[in-house]
Order: sequence, then C-alpha cells, then structure tokens
Amino acid sequence: MTKASPASLLICKHCDTVYRRRLLVRGEVARCARCKAELERHHPLSVNSLLALLLTAMIVFMQANIWPIVTLGLNGQYSATTLWGMIITMWQQDAQVVSVLAACTLFFFPMAKMLMMGWLLWFARRGRRAPGFVPLMVGLHRIGPWTMSEVFVLGALVAVVKAHTYFEVTADPGIYAYAVLTLLITIFSGVDLRLLWDETAGPVK
Amino acid sequence: MGRDSGAGEVNALPRADELGLIGCPVCGLVCRNVAGDKRLDGDGVDDAMACPRCNTALQRRKPNSYMRTWALLIAAFFLYIPANLLPIMRTASLNTIDDNTIISGVVELWVKGSPGLAIIVFTASIVVPMLKFLALSMLLVTSQRGSGWARLQRAKLFRLVEFIGYWSMLDVFVVALLTALVRFSVLSRVEPLPGVIFFGLAVVLTMLASMSFDPRLIWDGRDTDD
Repeated sequence: MTKASPASLLICKHCDTVYRRRLLVRGEVARCARCKAELERHHPLSVNSLLALLLTAMIVFMQANIWPIVTLGLNGQYSATTLWGMIITMWQQDAQVVSVLAACTLFFFPMAKMLMMGWLLWFARRGRRAPGFVPLMVGLHRIGPWTMSEVFVLGALVAVVKAHTYFEVTADPGIYAYAVLTLLITIFSGVDLRLLWDETAGPVK
Repeated sequence: MGRDSGAGEVNALPRADELGLIGCPVCGLVCRNVAGDKRLDGDGVDDAMACPRCNTALQRRKPNSYMRTWALLIAAFFLYIPANLLPIMRTASLNTIDDNTIISGVVELWVKGSPGLAIIVFTASIVVPMLKFLALSMLLVTSQRGSGWARLQRAKLFRLVEFIGYWSMLDVFVVALLTALVRFSVLSRVEPLPGVIFFGLAVVLTMLASMSFDPRLIWDGRDTDD
C-alpha cells in the first residue's frame, strides 16, 4: 500500500486527506490542500516557555477567582461579587443549570485543564511521559471546547455597561486578572498539545 | 477519480479511506484500517478498533453522525424557542418590575447608548445560534444527499460554526453576573428567569450538535466515492 510508515503521515481531520509530514520552519502553518483547514503549525514555544506561561496563567487564574470582579454602588450601598459568589447566587435563585454551567466552564474545566497541562509539561521537560499520560491527553482533548473564560470576560464587560446606567461601577482586581487570563488563553489556543505525543518517548508500536 | 471541484491537483490528493488508513480523532496517529470495510455512511458498525497510542476507538467516520447531529440540533431548536420568547432576567426596583427577553436586552443596550455592545450581544445571542441552526441543517442535508456543491465553502462554514459556537454563552454570563451584583434589597434587584436556563441548555446542545457532525462527510459524496 503506502511505502511511508504511518508515523510520517498526517491525516486532515476535516476531510480525511492523507499527507506526508514534513518539518515546518518557524512561523509556518501547514494547510490542507483540499479543505484549507490547518493541519499543523510550527511551535515557536519550547516546553519550558509553555510551562512558564502556564504557571503565570495559574497564578492569574487564582487571582481572578479570589478577587471581586466589579463593585456596584447605589446611594452609598455597595455590592461586589466574585466568580464563586456568582455561581452560588445563581444556585440560590433557582437557576441551578446556569450555576453548574458556570462552575464547570469557568472554574472546574479551566482549572483541570491547567493542572493536567502542567503535570504533562513538567515531565515533558525531560522528554518523559508523565504517569497517566494517555488518559490525561485524552481528557485534555475532551474538555478542550468547554472552557469559556474569554466569553465570561466579554460578558462582564456587557454587564458593566448595562449596570452603568443605574449604578456607579468600580472595576475590581478580578476583572483585570480575567483580562490578563484571556491574553494567556489566546496564546495557549495556538498550541497543539498533540506535539507531546511526538516529543516524549513512549512505547513504540 | 473524482469529478468535483475542478482543480486537477485536488483530485490527486489521496483520502485516508481509499488507502485503508484511519486517523485517530484524539491523538492524530495514522493507523491501518484492519477492519477494512468500505462503508462511508458513518454508522461505525463493527469498526471495533482502538488507537494503539491513546486507546481511543477508531472509526472511519463519527458513529451515527447524521442521526445524532439532527437529534441534538432539533432538541436545541425546541429549547431555543422558549429561550427567546420567555424573559431571561427580571429587574425589580422600588415600584417597577421589568422583565427582559434577549431581544429587549439588546434594544436596551442600543437605546442607552452602547450600539457597539448591542451589536456584539445581538451577534452572540441571535445571529450565532440562528447561523448554527441554518448552517448545520444545510450541511446535514447536502452531505446526506452526497452533494458535491461548494464543498470547500461548506467545509469552511462548518469550521466557522464550530469556532464561534460557544460565544453564545455570553448572555447567560451577563444575567448571572448581574444577578450576583444587583442585590440592593428592596431598592434594586436582578433575578434570573426561566428563559436563561433554556438559553444555556440550547447553547450546550448546539455545541454538542456541531461536535457530533463529522466534517469528512462533506467530502464523502457520490462524486468521490468510486
């Protein structure tokens, strides 16, 4: 059939076209000639810099969750909320579905994603596969689309503008932390963690 | 081989299925399809192979892609109707109670002098979900009929739908945040109303629908199936 070994091949997941893999140079993106989807891109960031960025993201994420996001004022009364304050309020207001959705997409999934990535990258620094490598890689792939911190940032902006008409609005540290987090997420969204399959040694089949 | 899409070079591109290969959906490893049956209908029957690298079940196409996507899309649509008709949020102050639907929220933003944000919210809450319903239905119908029409554009449309889908959650977070913030006892309160729950569930279902659609089906039609 094909002379090339399967490891040197690449299949476009959008249209099933088979390509011979080649090394990409800095800044290069391989696109599918049939459906124009991205096949692979060169990763300018090393495992070490990814780990450093991830650590930053974790610290910022912690800040984003601890600090209040915004404060509203009305006739000398003030009201502020954190992410968890929001999740708990929604639960108490009989919107448990929204509460669970917010808890998962804004807290549990992003946190799980960062912890899993951190664990995998920590071992990948020495070219090793972390314990639990396979289930963690599969898990990361599955929760990938379900983290929504960047949507929440835009939501917070809309909420601020809506509240601005009736209340005095003060931005709290939480919102800045979220803004930084969004930047970091944007950097990470360009990283295809599939590279870890190739860059770490595992049982060869 | 194919008679589609004009350019000769495109037709020369081999597809995994023709070569007896399967790409792992999770880790991307290229595997030989030992089961070797030539069905392209995406039913996934007796494709009981697992990826040697990550153990994910290997299937030529996502199992029951058409049925699942249709089911999730129709369910999402039925949730999307009350999501738009029912109010999503109640603003209560001393002597007024004001129930907002998604549309009235957009109008309020526009009138109160933030047309930019009004457009963003309108896009996220109305345009994106409607685009998803229309685009996915169209993709399902054309792929099921094996149409060779505008394949590249359809493939791009699917990727757009997949990429923008989760931004629809915007309004849900706005309501949640306002509910948690506007709590000035009798002076001013915001409460979530059932519409927001329907809306949140509709968004989740449309996301699941676009995930269960297999974009490779766009390219599978009669024209390339020799």
